[in-house]
Amino acid sequence: MSQIKRLVGNVVKSDRRSIAKTITLVENNQPEAQEIISKLYPHTGKAHIIGVTGPTGSGKSTLIGKLVKELRKRKRTVGVVAVDPTSPFTGGAFLGDRIRMQELSTDEGVFIRSMATRNNPGGLAKATRDAIMVLDASGKDVIIVETVGAGQSEVEIIKVAQTVVVVLAPGLGDDIQAIKAGMMEIGDIFVVNKADRENVDKAVSEIWAMLNMNPDKEKWTPPVIKATAIKDEGTTDLIDKIDEHRKYLKTEVVGMKYKERIETELIEAIKLKAAQSVISDLKERGEFDEFIGKIMEKKIDPYSAADALLTKRLKKYKAS
Amino acid sequence: MKSDRKIRVIVAKPGLDSHDRGAKIVARAFRDAGMEVIYTGLRQTPEQIVETALQEDVDVIGLSILSGAHMTLFPKIMELMKQKRLEDILVFAGGIIPDQDVPALRKIGIKRVFGPGTPTDELVKFVRKNTRRRK
Repeated sequence: MSQIKRLVGNVVKSDRRSIAKTITLVENNQPEAQEIISKLYPHTGKAHIIGVTGPTGSGKSTLIGKLVKELRKRKRTVGVVAVDPTSPFTGGAFLGDRIRMQELSTDEGVFIRSMATRNNPGGLAKATRDAIMVLDASGKDVIIVETVGAGQSEVEIIKVAQTVVVVLAPGLGDDIQAIKAGMMEIGDIFVVNKADRENVDKAVSEIWAMLNMNPDKEKWTPPVIKATAIKDEGTTDLIDKIDEHRKYLKTEVVGMKYKERIETELIEAIKLKAAQSVISDLKERGEFDEFIGKIMEKKIDPYSAADALLTKRLKKYKAS
Repeated sequence: MKSDRKIRVIVAKPGLDSHDRGAKIVARAFRDAGMEVIYTGLRQTPEQIVETALQEDVDVIGLSILSGAHMTLFPKIMELMKQKRLEDILVFAGGIIPDQDVPALRKIGIKRVFGPGTPTDELVKFVRKNTRRRK
């Protein structure tokens, strides 16, 4: 049996060492990665993928810790992918999300993996989707993805998660912040954490007011839940809402959402493959460096250069 | 396809002491050296440390201890690593560890013991030199 086949077989049997090794392979983009993913793919699609996002310090990791505990009480197996930022200066990363979940690390039904963004924008790592696939194929019932501490534009999570939980805390900003685009548009469920603090009701009502501006009544109206993760308050409510949302996802109104996600996946794959093959070809022919020179001398701009290069390479390509 | 490997390190605090200043400085030094550092926080059991190393598929474990329980906890950790076939992970230790204990610790597979005042670049060099490409 080939090594890859054995590895895939062991992942499907939920062997922890194999899961860990496979995630490393896909994360490092090693040559075997694609074959592994294609062999694991048929085993995926069973897990409920939950994204947890929100500003730095809002309590995402602590909340996830409690969430996993409650899910385990309900006899569900859980995978966690926790993403923290890579330093753009040194390429190193300090991955500290596990600290709030360490008591779960010896539970056989839980698998936690920390991941650095490796400078991928949008709040996730490039390999986050692949890591989710590996955990899904290993038979986890629920997979929780924690984004980096996010601001307004770290919204990549909607491309990988079925249910997005936005975690906020009182005192992070006024109602103007709540009207801004981004974070406030992506939540299927909102949690106002640290509810033992002042101004929690004000925060809840501001989010409510914002969400009720949504004219589309057919759709899911995101609930706003008060929680104090550190005291384990609000977690059962949250899981009930997550389950409700999952039921809603199975209705036909949202079948489209699933199709959209598959579309994005294909588009991302095409982009990656196309860019890789075109660029390596151009480099081999020396055209790449030739144009780099021209751009540096300001003889041409990067967009016109790309048009010129692609017209030669792709027959049907029309510069727009 | 280009492969982009990084050295992954766990900095762990086994046992009951709560002095994590040193561990945090070491973690920070590894981060600044371009490594990915997983920090486990305080009061970790041997089981938690070894299981974390397994799930995170690390190349290196750094153990920081100041409580004096190293002769009990470290052998337990090394034993668990053997059971889980994680012997290829590089293990080193730091903190307050008397010289006379060092030979015994090296014997069970702890590659180096660093004392207080070790310059951080010495640690970084040590890790770089001793992490071979693992499978």
